[in-house]
Amino acid sequence: MNEFKYIRAADRSEAVSQVSNNAQAKFLGGGTNLIDLIKENVEKPSVLVDVSRLQLKSIRKTNGGGVSIGATAKNSETANHPLIRENYPLLSQAILSGASQQIRNMATNGGNLLQRTRCFYFYDTAMRCNKREPGSGCDALEGLNNYSAVLGWNEKCVATHPSDMCVALSALDAVVKVVNKDGKERSIQFADFHRLPENIPEKDNNLNEGELITSIEIPKSNFAKNSYYLKVRDRTSYAFALVSVAAALEMNGQTIKQARIALGGVAHKPWRAFEAEKILANAKAGDAIFTKAAEAALKDAKALEHNAYKIELAKRAIVRALKKAVDGGIA
Amino acid sequence: MCENFPTYIAEEFQEPLTEDEAALLSADDLTKLGKSRRDFLGKATLVAVAAQLLLHDQAFALKFMSDAPVTNNAVSELALTVKMTINGAEKSVVIEPNVTLLDALRERLQMFGTKKGCDHGQCGACTVIIDGRRVLSCLTLAIQAEGQSITTIEGLAKGTQLHPMQEAFITHDGFQCGYCTPGQICSAVALLDEAKRGEISYVSTNISKKPATSLSDDEIRERMSGNLCRCGAYPHIVEAIKEVLGGKAEVKS
Amino acid sequence: MSGLLGKPTKRIDGRAKVTGAATYAAEFPVKNAAHGYIVTSTIAKGKILAIDAKTAEKANGVLKVFTHENAPKLAFTDPKDKDNIGMDGKPFRPLQTNEIVFNLQPIALVVAETFEQARFAASLVKVNYQPETASTDFDKARITAVPARAKVEKPRGNPTEAFQNAPVKIEAEYEIPIEHHNPMEMHGAIAVWENGELTLFDKTQWVNNVKGHLASVFGIDPKKVKVISPFVGGAFGASLRPNYYPLLTALAARELNRPVKLNYTRRQMFTGHGYRPHTWQKVKISAEKNGKLTAIIHEAIGNTSTYENYTEDPASVSKSLYACPNVETIYKLAKLDLPTPLYMRAPGAVTGMFALECALDELAFELKIDPLELRLINYAEKDPDNGKPFSSKELRECYKQAAAKFGWAKRNPIPRSMRDGSFLVGWGMASGTWGAYQDPSLAKVILNVDGTVLIQAAASDMGPGTYTTIALIAADTLGLPLEKVKFELGNSEFPATPVHGGSMTTASVGTAVQNTAKTILKKLTAMADAPFKNAAEKDLVFENGKISLKSNPSLVVSLTDILRKNNLTKIEETGQGAPDKIRDNYSIASHGAQFVEVKVDEDFGTVKVSRVVEMTASGRIMNPLAAHSQEIGGAVWGIGMALMEATLIDHRYGRMMNNNLAGYHIPVNADIHDIHTGFVEENDTIVNALGIKGMGELGMVGVPAAIANAVFHATGKRIRKLPITPDKLI
Repeated sequence: MNEFKYIRAADRSEAVSQVSNNAQAKFLGGGTNLIDLIKENVEKPSVLVDVSRLQLKSIRKTNGGGVSIGATAKNSETANHPLIRENYPLLSQAILSGASQQIRNMATNGGNLLQRTRCFYFYDTAMRCNKREPGSGCDALEGLNNYSAVLGWNEKCVATHPSDMCVALSALDAVVKVVNKDGKERSIQFADFHRLPENIPEKDNNLNEGELITSIEIPKSNFAKNSYYLKVRDRTSYAFALVSVAAALEMNGQTIKQARIALGGVAHKPWRAFEAEKILANAKAGDAIFTKAAEAALKDAKALEHNAYKIELAKRAIVRALKKAVDGGIA
Repeated sequence: MCENFPTYIAEEFQEPLTEDEAALLSADDLTKLGKSRRDFLGKATLVAVAAQLLLHDQAFALKFMSDAPVTNNAVSELALTVKMTINGAEKSVVIEPNVTLLDALRERLQMFGTKKGCDHGQCGACTVIIDGRRVLSCLTLAIQAEGQSITTIEGLAKGTQLHPMQEAFITHDGFQCGYCTPGQICSAVALLDEAKRGEISYVSTNISKKPATSLSDDEIRERMSGNLCRCGAYPHIVEAIKEVLGGKAEVKS
Repeated sequence: MSGLLGKPTKRIDGRAKVTGAATYAAEFPVKNAAHGYIVTSTIAKGKILAIDAKTAEKANGVLKVFTHENAPKLAFTDPKDKDNIGMDGKPFRPLQTNEIVFNLQPIALVVAETFEQARFAASLVKVNYQPETASTDFDKARITAVPARAKVEKPRGNPTEAFQNAPVKIEAEYEIPIEHHNPMEMHGAIAVWENGELTLFDKTQWVNNVKGHLASVFGIDPKKVKVISPFVGGAFGASLRPNYYPLLTALAARELNRPVKLNYTRRQMFTGHGYRPHTWQKVKISAEKNGKLTAIIHEAIGNTSTYENYTEDPASVSKSLYACPNVETIYKLAKLDLPTPLYMRAPGAVTGMFALECALDELAFELKIDPLELRLINYAEKDPDNGKPFSSKELRECYKQAAAKFGWAKRNPIPRSMRDGSFLVGWGMASGTWGAYQDPSLAKVILNVDGTVLIQAAASDMGPGTYTTIALIAADTLGLPLEKVKFELGNSEFPATPVHGGSMTTASVGTAVQNTAKTILKKLTAMADAPFKNAAEKDLVFENGKISLKSNPSLVVSLTDILRKNNLTKIEETGQGAPDKIRDNYSIASHGAQFVEVKVDEDFGTVKVSRVVEMTASGRIMNPLAAHSQEIGGAVWGIGMALMEATLIDHRYGRMMNNNLAGYHIPVNADIHDIHTGFVEENDTIVNALGIKGMGELGMVGVPAAIANAVFHATGKRIRKLPITPDKLI
């Protein structure tokens, strides 16, 4: 862990200007990932700008009938908020499947979106990693890739995005609100927020330099009654997903009016299964159509040496999550 | 049976026993030392031991001890003064920003009750309660906790009266080595309030409704899964928490 | 006797542990201590060509960076430099050469004013290596394995022929990956030198061993070394040896003439001590159609390092567990460019039993005989390896009680036949066994005139409850209430005790304490007035701090009155306890039976161990409260080993990659469900006067096999390579 300067930002404009003016500066939210990365010398900021006390904590209804969750509200507070539990139980469930109560009490919503991969090779500075050190190579590609991506990866990076919350937000078509140093705000559709590695695996998302997440808006939807977040892992709790599925359905009797499926643990970003969603739309719920959707979702999957199991696991998880969602989810 | 553990310790590696020690062991025992290969780790028993019969108590160790918090005599220009309330008392430390709350408690304030089990947010041994919420002190910079109220394991008992959770952990033998125990107990104490507030977990059903504040075994297990215990005391930890949740914990005066 | 033994007793160190007052090694508030941080290698084999610590040394607060270039060469007065858990070969000693023998090897120690400064400076040390190709892939090295035993053992009977001619036979291979102890407390020490004398506050299972080791490496009189270790935050074998950090800590403290504190990081815990070795086993087992075993050929190959031969002989469990006339066990070692393995809870036994008890389950399936029935058919009434009778063996009763409690009779033997909703249900069982070891030990007992008792012994308590059990034995022997007795341990100045491992502390130290307490009673009786001093011991009763005559209970004298009358403030005695020779005439072991229910989600390959019933026969139970905790802990370890634990190595670099508690999974609370533990007590006066056999290891021995057998019963899939993770079952 290097030495750094600590600034507690008084307001968001101070926060943004501090980080915008210094390439070595980083926002600090709950710190649950960043402090760990600094300890590992993966991140070496010269300045930490603490944004966790900024008044970006509110969780409230939006004019459009959706809900806005503040960037500095804690994960556990968000999962337990009545607005979320009633309208987006999928999000509550996804958040609560991640990490531990202690970590969810610390982690901010904005910070959750900015979590970095837990790939062994990213975390170990003795190893080659294009994400950590652009151009150095990817040691996971032919190494211990048991937990690596099966979708959207390339030879530059096979890392997965570790968040559970983001998988639900992806399924719910959330919008990320950000502000830059000029005070200019912009909205980023969740599907466009995180990236695939392509030629710049070091870049996890499409935030511009110095942009600060202020809130996440979740549009009004009718998924509350039929949604489910399913997470498969190596132990029952306090482990990252091998595969996770956020399934949200809007039902009309036994017919699916609209479906959303997002996958975690399989790609560099939360993975929306748009084709599978199309297959399910206006179809009658049932095992056959679920299997068809699952096949479509993993159609382009490519396994590495040690992670072929994830493809089959993801298909089965999709089918199960859809069944659970039809059966009334957890609401 | 179980001749599983041949050790290859040659006789000459053993330092001779002192006369006093030798006198204490019969000739038979001494022979046994040489040939007891059947025993776990062989005969390596009374080795390299001298001055056994000196009378000592552990007080001699105390002469090295410092009773005041250690001052940092190499403070850099980055250092800041951080004030926090710890177990109800105002505390102030001068530290660099890269000092975690865990290290500030242990190495600067000499409060070693909060444990370092991994230092990376993966075990829960460092759990403390900040403003009513359990958090990991290893991933919290001390400066982040400025102005906040921190409860550590040292702050749970009222004088000599243990917190009911502490008492229940003893009654149900909710620990063995004891190293994860402060974190387990802080976590369990915070869990009581979470249950009272009707907070949910990943195993809760019907989460859009307010859940019952009584918790099933599976609820307790899930909610305590952020605290690893390598001794495997989990079943007894669950029993201890159930007792306190059920209001049946004995509080001894 | 005050009847304290066998009653559930809360730990006397419990209050210290639940209030945070228990002081572990790196927590002694030593004045002016500097902080160390270890730098580790990034290659597995080769040489350091250059090491540049200049930038690090200039960093804020840094006192010194020790490397092989500037660290003093150690004295090693013991020419072979063995600690007492030493093995064939030459142990690794840090900063003595430029050679790299494993990845994550310590290559520098940064010492600074603060922990943060040392940690930061450690990241500034630059190293140039001349790497060589390292071999860490067990699958490749296995073919190069060489015999591990000093002498080739002759088989019992003719197993090869018996196997060939048998009507029913199984031949199967089993594999266990490297596993790590991962105790919650990371190893650490504080070293203080004063006038050429060293005090080391350490986390260790054997203060005497660390003391001898440090005296040897620094070439000083052992009298000048003290090792203090009152609390051990879990060890499970990881602190049997001194490992490399006590030496580093003491070395830095001596060179800097200042106390130094040093802890491993969690990553360093993966190469800072040993681990359970990677093991491949092949079992050939055959039987008559009636289930009578005719042959067992059990071969095991484990890994060791390039510089020491670590042995734990897993196959040897096949010699004694079942009555089988033809048995051969083979044990080989394969050298890898890794640190030397080390005993890890139930070493050898849990590994060997995984293979043997799975193979027996496979045989039972083939024979269409119930797995429990097959074990009863081949029950060994005496030790088949040496023909000796068992000093006690209530394994049959363990089977019976555990099966009844579990409901084994309702098991449908057909795989995949039992369900709970969408889950496949599997029931499996296995046996466990461990020795009942005892080594010579010393102990001091002091009875004060105020009626309090102080016991001192070097000993350790890494969690089993030594503090309480030994105090109970003293109180029971002296006839005093437990509250009057204080037990101090974890100090090399106290009378020597054997290593706190192998489940032998209570038997060894307990016997010494019992003997010494009895000597005190004898001496006090002799000091008393008539008729006590003339009475035979058998005619006396020691109770409530008083001596009375059996024949005339109204005649009473208190122990403290005897002291007062003799103008004594206390009576103290250092005495010993040693294994009785009678043990040699018997086969001595503890046993247990484990029954397990799993629920498998077949879609995902996830396994939930929904029930464990474990019955244990390990002599007399001193403190059932802590004893249950130990057996439950053993079951939890078995679950971890069966379902999730594995250290992953990238063989291109010879580097352990999941070297943290997020990557190396141990069970969390939510993984653990109903665990029932119970004891079939054995009144065994041969094993020792107290009847203690020990139990710390035993609780886990059969559990991984029972789980794998239950998974087969649930799914029809026989997983022979641990851990049974979703990718293997899906």
